[in-house]
Amino acid sequence: MAQTSSHGGAGEGTRRDFLELVSWATLGVGTLVALWPFVDSLNPSMEVLATASTELDLEPIQEGQRVTIMWRGKPVFVAHRTQQEIEAARQVRLDELRDPEPDEERAPRPEWLIVVGICTHLGCVPLGNRTGEPRGEWGGWFCPCHGSHYDTAGRIRKGPAPRNLEVPPYTFQTDTLVRIG
Amino acid sequence: MVRTVLTRIALALAVAGLPAAVLAAEAEEPPARSWPHEGIFGRYDRAALQRGFLVFKEVCSGCHSARYLRFRDLEGIGLDPDTIKALAAEYTVQDCCDDAGEPFERPALPSDRFPPPYPNEQAARASNNGALPPDLSLIVKARAGHEDYIHALLTGYEEPPAGEQPPREGMYWNRYFPGHWIAMPPPLSEGLVEYPDGTPATVEQMASDVTQFLTWLSEPTMEERKRTGIKYMLFVLVLTGLFYAYKRKLWADIH
Amino acid sequence: MNREFVQPPLRGVAKWIDERLPILTWAYNELVVYPAPKNLNYWWNFGSLAGIMLTIQIVTGIVLVMHYTPHASMAFDSVEGYIMRDVNWGWLLRYLHANGASMFFAVVYIHIFRGLYYGSYKAPRELLWMIGVVIVIVMMATAFMGYVLPWGNMSYWAATVITNLFSAIPLVGETIVTWLWGGFTVANPTLQRFFSLHYLLPFVIFALVFLHILALHQVGSNNPLGIDLTKKDKIPFHPYYTIKDMFGLGVFLLVYGFFVFFAPNAFIEPVNFEPANPLQTPAHIVPEWYFLPFYAILRAINFDILWIIPAKLGGVIAMFASIFVLFLLPWLDTSPVRSARFRPIYRQFFWILVLDVLVLGYCGAHPPEGWYLTVAQIATAYYFLHFLVILPILGKVERPLPLPKSLDEPVLAGGAAPSSR
Repeated sequence: MAQTSSHGGAGEGTRRDFLELVSWATLGVGTLVALWPFVDSLNPSMEVLATASTELDLEPIQEGQRVTIMWRGKPVFVAHRTQQEIEAARQVRLDELRDPEPDEERAPRPEWLIVVGICTHLGCVPLGNRTGEPRGEWGGWFCPCHGSHYDTAGRIRKGPAPRNLEVPPYTFQTDTLVRIG
Repeated sequence: MVRTVLTRIALALAVAGLPAAVLAAEAEEPPARSWPHEGIFGRYDRAALQRGFLVFKEVCSGCHSARYLRFRDLEGIGLDPDTIKALAAEYTVQDCCDDAGEPFERPALPSDRFPPPYPNEQAARASNNGALPPDLSLIVKARAGHEDYIHALLTGYEEPPAGEQPPREGMYWNRYFPGHWIAMPPPLSEGLVEYPDGTPATVEQMASDVTQFLTWLSEPTMEERKRTGIKYMLFVLVLTGLFYAYKRKLWADIH
Repeated sequence: MNREFVQPPLRGVAKWIDERLPILTWAYNELVVYPAPKNLNYWWNFGSLAGIMLTIQIVTGIVLVMHYTPHASMAFDSVEGYIMRDVNWGWLLRYLHANGASMFFAVVYIHIFRGLYYGSYKAPRELLWMIGVVIVIVMMATAFMGYVLPWGNMSYWAATVITNLFSAIPLVGETIVTWLWGGFTVANPTLQRFFSLHYLLPFVIFALVFLHILALHQVGSNNPLGIDLTKKDKIPFHPYYTIKDMFGLGVFLLVYGFFVFFAPNAFIEPVNFEPANPLQTPAHIVPEWYFLPFYAILRAINFDILWIIPAKLGGVIAMFASIFVLFLLPWLDTSPVRSARFRPIYRQFFWILVLDVLVLGYCGAHPPEGWYLTVAQIATAYYFLHFLVILPILGKVERPLPLPKSLDEPVLAGGAAPSSR
């Protein structure tokens, strides 16, 4: 078997080593780049992104009523809060909260609270958005999976969840038309 | 002996070439045209695509569906999101369902598909003398001759040669349609649409524009594909060159 | 007799693992120090290229399956409406996979003809060759079922026509076809089982490739001279052939890339861009190019054979026989000399066979009428004549050129190639 270690001059060997390094390095870079389409193809497709925003007409929602709509395949809670609920949410001292956020920030238009209906603990959908369901000790939502209680601003008050219910990005197109996403 | 066998096979091959030419004469070959989207560096002409969409919208879509076309896809021909939203709102689509469980109608959204002219195949046939207008989403890829054929078909209506009779009422003679008799009436006529950019709407112009639009509709990812391809080719050329140089150096002391 | 394994220089964790599970020793011996003849030419690149194509097909296929829907009512839309338009890079995955099938067959066919030219099927490589034939058969099944999955109109009718081949079997044919379809026509049950098998078979091929390589490395590679080489005429596979293969891969990737990026639909019939339509058969049913020679053989038998075998069955038998005859090739070729380089008459017949297969492919692409049919019949007859008559006789009557004893000999004799006189 021929030996691989014997070459012509020293310079010849260096040049060969250099070529070896550059060739393999280029192949390595190329392979990595070529993997990107495979990885990226698993990201949300255009079909999924196309339904990334949802519009909702608020007109028919009575005071005290809560509705659930779908946004990006997730439930979103839209609550038309009563004066009582607003006050309950605004009177809380922030240092009592696990995830301190003022109600004014979570609901710039106080009568409308819009949150993603997914418990921040392990992803269950909390109860309380339909009439007759338990709303937890603070009158907001209650997650049956592991007993997290949320208040009327969707903030975590008791139980294992680490954060408040997420507020999705939304804008009021008109006074009665909201666009989520 | 070997030579005789070879000669015979060559002869057989030469003769075999004959029927091919005879067969080809049945349907007339569409003349080859040059298109801006052809070739490695070819790109779609956005202005032509938008004019072509107008022709599609005002003429073709009266009878043909395009089920892979969603309004938002039109960003690909250079329309901006607001224009698309307004355009979509001109159409109504059926949605399911309201609180009573009934289907209801609403204005289309950009994420909706372009509404088909007929609810199903039977309705389409009933309205078109028994013929089914094909869906246009992939039409350019689905026809031999591709965009040359579509253009030739749109402009290929002629008076039938003397003695030729239509197989049934309501058929038209087209030079490039296989079998010549086609159920689609001549779709284009001078000034049928009004182009906002002021281009004169000649039959030739409309045929060319709508063909380009349909080509885009058949393959909206073509530009991304060619761009990626050029980068790929350059990279692989360099890679191959490097390995060739390395291989030569490495093998120099083997031979 | 077993090959001697060389111990790789290992330390630490690698050594610890290898003592318990000798995968590193195995990889080192098969891929690094494997002694390869030093005179292999570029025709020997196509074996590793085939392995790379198999890998590319498996990887692109697995990702495509993440987006594809194997149901008759959704398959076409999931390919043409979703993968090609909405999935990020979906067009690239799909075109890599669809054109990859053509590239895979092109590479494998060249690999096969290289074996035919240099006599790589002869002792002691008979099993190596036969495993290869099995690989081609499984590849054909895989490619055929994969072609059905987009559920275009050519997919549908290709599935109908090819599965109907089995109806030629006497007595039980119709029952078998109904069983294959899971119904009374090709329909959703057929699509779903084809999908399952299309996913399974590539891994069967992968296992067969392992056996193919195992058999190859047991007896060693053939070489352009077809003579048995000694150790001094061999070099380690790595880096010599890894680098040469990488260069070959680069050239191949340029061809593959040209089709994927600039002519992606060159191999796809326009009819397949229309959804499957059980009421409308395409004017000309044409299989993919790599099946054309076999398709021509199938249609060439349009007459009953000896009043016993009906034409339909005869065609099917001839088509399968055209592949199965390759299993017998190591014994049909009676010449003790491997390489066509030293067999002047066989060399000519080799090229006639190449031409014959091309002619068959040409006829397969055209309707079986008139001259096409006659030519296909002559070419079919010649195909079998080559393997069943010419090769056995030629081995006995041909006088081969003098063989060199080793790679150095022709050089020492003062001539590059031995002359025929």
